[in-house]
Amino acid sequence: MTVVSTQKDVDALTLTLVAEFDAGIEAVWQVWEDPRLLERWWGPPTWPATFAEHDFTAGGDARYYMTGPDGEKAHGWWRIIAIDAPRRLEFDDGFADQSGEPDASMEPMRMVVTLEPTTTGTRMTTVTNFVNADQLQKVLEMGMEEGMRSAMGQIDALLAESTS
Amino acid sequence: MDAVTHDEKSVDQIFHALSDATRRDILTRVIRHEQSVSELAVRYAMSFAAVQKHVAVLERAALVVKERRGKQQIVHGELSTVHSAAQLLGQYEQLWIARTQRIGDILTEHE
Repeated sequence: MTVVSTQKDVDALTLTLVAEFDAGIEAVWQVWEDPRLLERWWGPPTWPATFAEHDFTAGGDARYYMTGPDGEKAHGWWRIIAIDAPRRLEFDDGFADQSGEPDASMEPMRMVVTLEPTTTGTRMTTVTNFVNADQLQKVLEMGMEEGMRSAMGQIDALLAESTS
Repeated sequence: MDAVTHDEKSVDQIFHALSDATRRDILTRVIRHEQSVSELAVRYAMSFAAVQKHVAVLERAALVVKERRGKQQIVHGELSTVHSAAQLLGQYEQLWIARTQRIGDILTEHE
């Protein structure tokens, strides 16, 4: 697997990520379509996802929750906007309340996933569009265990130092 | 596709700027209270030009702002950069890179 490129558009609050896998397009589509595979990668190891519902058809809904380190649950939902197996998937990903019902006060993120065959496998492009920075912040509360942690730790330390 | 956009470059610049102890020290000082490049320069065992260079790196990353007042160049910290949307997108990017790696692992296992 190779992440070919990522592109951040701060004004439009959009992230585009292009990755290539040494696997056929059907296999890559499966990791989106099969909820048992999906829940193995959607949540970080510290916030694993469980997809209770996954109606992978146009207009269909998914309901999931992610379980945090202290057992707390963050609920989310998908609404499939358009689907063209195994090449394109467009869906809204939103926040839900503790009973799993969509939170009407929070607008969902729009995601578009495109798969293309290459000579060695499959290229996957995911585009996420956020409505505002608050939404982005909320998503990150569930993903902070990963990635930027050390870099952010450095900034946190700096801020702590500057206010001490 | 152009992999390095302006915004990605800014995030890189922020982390590059913060990777140096002197620059972190300069930033901490100017966040506490603004001061001139000359005032900063006396605090370090390096030339005025070297300190000015460090300030320029911080300035390019938008972590500080430099303004001319008479003959002095006053430097002050720009905390909003630290909390900017670019930072958040940078973290979200890492989240997706991690997700993509997990997909890669699943696909390898299924081969």
